[in-house]
Amino acid sequence: MSQSHRIGGGQIDRTQPLNFTFDGKSFVGHPGDTLASALLANGVQLMGRSFKYHRPRGPLSAGSEEPNALVELRSGARQEPNTRATVAELFDGLQARSQNRWPSLAYDALSINDRLNSFFTAGFYYKTFMWPAAFWEKLYEPIIRRAAGLGSMSRLEDPDDYDKGFLHCDLLIIGAGPAGLMAALTAGRAGLRVVLADEDFRMGGRLNAETYAVGDHSGADWATAVQSELVSLPNVRLMTRTTVVGAFDHGIYSAVERVSDHLPTPLAGKPRQTLWRIYTAHALLTGGATERPIPFENNDRPGIMLAGSLRAYANRWGVAAGDRVAIFTNNDDGLRSATDLQSKGVDVVAVIDSREGGTLLPGIRHLRGAQVIDSAGRLGLKSITVRGPNGKVETISANALGVSGGWNPNVNITSHHRSRPDWRDDIAAFVPGSGGPANLHCAGAAAGHMSTHAALKSGAEAARHIAESMGKQAPYVLPVAEDAPVQITPLWYVPGGKGRAWIDQQNDVTVKDIKLAHQENFTSVEHMKRYTTLGMATDQGKTGNVIGLALMAELTGQSIPATGTTIYRPPYTPVAMGALAGRSRGKEFKPFRLTPSHKWAAEQGAIFVEVGNWLRTQWLPRPGETTWRQSVDREVLQTRKSVGICDVTTLGKIDIQGTDAGLFLDRVYANTFSTLPVGKCRYGLMLREDGMVFDDGTTARMAEHEYVMTTTTANAVTVFRHLEFCRQCLWPDLDVQLISTTEAWAQYSVAGPNARNLLAKLVDQDISDAAFPYMGAGNITVCGGLRARLFRISFSGELAYEIAVPTRYGDALIRKLVEVGAEFDAVVYGTETLGVMRIEKGHVAGGELNGQSSALNMGLGKMVSKKKDSIGMAMTLREGLNQPGGLRLVGVRPVDPAASISAGSHFLPLGAAPTAENDGGWLTSKVFSPHLGCDIALGYLKAGDQKIGTRMRAVNFLTQVDTEVEIVSPHFFDPEGERLRA
Amino acid sequence: MPDPHAGLKPQTALGHDVPVTITIGAVTITERFDVALASLAVRRGRDKDLAKAAKAADLPLPPAAMAQFAVPYSAFWMTPEMWMVEAPFASHEEITAGLKTALGDTASLTEQTDAWVRLDITADNPVPLFERLSNIDLATKPVGFAARTVIEHLGTYLIKRSPTDITLYGPRASAQSLLHALEVTAKSLL
Repeated sequence: MSQSHRIGGGQIDRTQPLNFTFDGKSFVGHPGDTLASALLANGVQLMGRSFKYHRPRGPLSAGSEEPNALVELRSGARQEPNTRATVAELFDGLQARSQNRWPSLAYDALSINDRLNSFFTAGFYYKTFMWPAAFWEKLYEPIIRRAAGLGSMSRLEDPDDYDKGFLHCDLLIIGAGPAGLMAALTAGRAGLRVVLADEDFRMGGRLNAETYAVGDHSGADWATAVQSELVSLPNVRLMTRTTVVGAFDHGIYSAVERVSDHLPTPLAGKPRQTLWRIYTAHALLTGGATERPIPFENNDRPGIMLAGSLRAYANRWGVAAGDRVAIFTNNDDGLRSATDLQSKGVDVVAVIDSREGGTLLPGIRHLRGAQVIDSAGRLGLKSITVRGPNGKVETISANALGVSGGWNPNVNITSHHRSRPDWRDDIAAFVPGSGGPANLHCAGAAAGHMSTHAALKSGAEAARHIAESMGKQAPYVLPVAEDAPVQITPLWYVPGGKGRAWIDQQNDVTVKDIKLAHQENFTSVEHMKRYTTLGMATDQGKTGNVIGLALMAELTGQSIPATGTTIYRPPYTPVAMGALAGRSRGKEFKPFRLTPSHKWAAEQGAIFVEVGNWLRTQWLPRPGETTWRQSVDREVLQTRKSVGICDVTTLGKIDIQGTDAGLFLDRVYANTFSTLPVGKCRYGLMLREDGMVFDDGTTARMAEHEYVMTTTTANAVTVFRHLEFCRQCLWPDLDVQLISTTEAWAQYSVAGPNARNLLAKLVDQDISDAAFPYMGAGNITVCGGLRARLFRISFSGELAYEIAVPTRYGDALIRKLVEVGAEFDAVVYGTETLGVMRIEKGHVAGGELNGQSSALNMGLGKMVSKKKDSIGMAMTLREGLNQPGGLRLVGVRPVDPAASISAGSHFLPLGAAPTAENDGGWLTSKVFSPHLGCDIALGYLKAGDQKIGTRMRAVNFLTQVDTEVEIVSPHFFDPEGERLRA
Repeated sequence: MPDPHAGLKPQTALGHDVPVTITIGAVTITERFDVALASLAVRRGRDKDLAKAAKAADLPLPPAAMAQFAVPYSAFWMTPEMWMVEAPFASHEEITAGLKTALGDTASLTEQTDAWVRLDITADNPVPLFERLSNIDLATKPVGFAARTVIEHLGTYLIKRSPTDITLYGPRASAQSLLHALEVTAKSLL
């Protein structure tokens, strides 16, 4: 079979053959073809199986509204299900397969569903799978999901890249048909920044599918000429293969550009698709109109398609979908298909015109007042049954039927802000209503201007109006074009058939389903949609919705506008998840933040952990260590024995300056900072308005009006945001200035008995205990003059400092610390060791700072100063937060040192049943302490301060750990603090 | 690179001993390591005092969304009443000290030199690159435009130094991620 249905003409390049396969069979098409046009050219009408009944289906349309011809494209990781053959651009080597069938498209075992159709009417799920209730999740749903669905996933990672971008324009024109092109020309000549986007790979819209002239050219040639001028205008951007899929707030539209879908694989470096966010001053919808069918019994056979599409295949692609073609229409546009096909030499066997009277087409069997009432042909149309005006029924042999029930303006995007369209009787269709997105205008067929002249004029007028609103003149001259009025007598479906007549072919919704919905009182359009699934699929009911609600209007005795319509939501056509994700996938899901010691740590084979965007060293294994515990135990013991070094750059640093900086800190911290001497630092506790602890850290006073605050790593951004809110909104009268310096300084903790000895080899100043006492802070120099900062603070309970240098020297400093520290057998440790030592010391961190714990819960109640007002202070006085039996921070260790305990465990009294009433609190953080040789933990325990020394159970039903534990002080290590003050 | 501090060898934000230049098609990306930065925020009620002192020090304080370039100090607007001051690193490594002398207590100054990675991007037409990175309408912005934007989730300052020269200041710790975003985008334009 070699392009047996290819006829003359069309906008394809016949000099270049393109080889492709469908279900493994080889075919040839040409550049300019879609997969559907190429298959039809090769005599292939059967392209898919329907969703529910597995009915044989061919293409209904020639555009993005296609409900039937859904196929899988490509293979391997690029396999792409549910692609509309009608918009899939043909390329050499394209592999396409039908879907939703087994074992083959021609012989599909699940077509048994079609014979069982009486069980599968609308709402059958709700009626059939009610009992027993437990079966739904275990039995019914899995079976239904397996039987339903369309294409299949490869389950391989998509190898292609997807991009995103941002465009700006005065005017976005959506659709490059006659109205869009004329608008672009008018606005472009006037100097507006114009983006003209069209989902097709060829601009021109219906002009490419018609034979009439525009000016002195054919419609397609006029479109080409206009494009040539538009390309020459630097202020106009033409975007083919670009579908505007949604209207969002403030004049922002989203559009998907299919950069490489028409290629076997994207060119090197190129994305497969780009998702554009388009910022507009104005937008103009010139998206044309979509033809709708007329449901009749068995109106879904391959070969039955929209009349305008039949015409488009002939005129644009040089394809006759059949060699014995009939037309069924209720309007004059359907007649165009008949005359165009006949002029191309196609045998038009009959035109079945549901309207009575009127002029007959010359040279064609034109049956007025007739209707198609049935069809025959299992895998493709063989004949239609026609009932004449006198009731006489005849069978006409035909292998293609074009059906035209009128045209629906493509109002979709105008509804994205919930505007409902208005009904127009004269064209029997909805047009854009008021209340759509601000500054979104409509022209052409999308606005109900159905002739070419009206489309051109409305496009030019809209552009002129927009240009003038922006202070620019935009004169235009219209080319001469046809201006035929819409002549339609609505026929929403052919009544009287006993079989099924299909309204929504993608969801297998029939006239009977709508009638059933009405019978069961689902008469609201919203209920009807959900009960029947009308319009719920990849085509979003572009061809079926209006028919369904017109039928409901008839059943309820209401007018169509009174019946109303569902509205459209983004996206206009399906959008691949990859396009939405863009480059944010895999290891590029988010940017990384690297610490100053990262390079050195990577050289040492460090294990890194993601902490927000930071990659922090978790531990540094040494040769011979086979478990992380070995490394962490070594790091802990060595630090407590001599000295350890840890990169703490990730902690937030905020520079706070101004004459009111101290007062500002008094207000944002629960404790007092205005009295802090210059050169000292202090632990600070920050509360939320509700009195719960927000964050903690140390803040140093570097000068009279200059403080440096540190925050937890996790809250660095939220604390800064909070401070800015306080500064700008709560107390704008204060003289305070803030800026983050987190990344400006590389900061290392140096902890352990030899910390001072190590640092003394680098720091240029005296850092003896007398010269630089506990909680001291100041500007220093290191290595002979490099400016640095030193803070004598400890998170580990050891004699400890944090030393900071400008980040560019961070890598050098870690190397220097290790080099100099060799004398002390210094160890570099990671976040695991940090966690062990802070729990040994009883410091709260992430597990305890859980957003629902007060200072009192943490044993820090005395830090909340009552002598001043501060955020959260008043709420800490709430009675409920001050009950003597409330949660208190405690330490926990197993009675049997060899036993394990588990974070998240709940406290239960010994012998008590594991019930909520007996729940005493929970373990917040747990580690193994090499110092104590057993698991230790922190936890919140009711009246915990009164239970020190008692025994309880720590029970975790998730990890099946049930351990008898002793409640102890949270300060496991050096409770008197002698080491850190050494 | 000079090593003024014995034993401590500085590294660029991208982790190199010397700044690198990368050319991808028509796009050239150069890391700049020779610029000192300081944030400058006016103290409450000291606007006029600051303006006077700044003028005396030849320190520009450009209006909103703009940058001004001069020697030795350039500056770009960050947010109301706040600017970022640029100066040659070699002569102004301790940039805040010099500014403090000039401005006194009219402003709060904070060293920001190593908080940022600076990438200078040169292209005959940088618009196609940046329309894939940022929502700034670069094509219509004048030379001297400066604004904060978000590129690949990273808060970044963008300065249009000429129609063909764009400066980005991104968070230093994410320098490699920012460069990666620029590289893959530049490659997509080939």
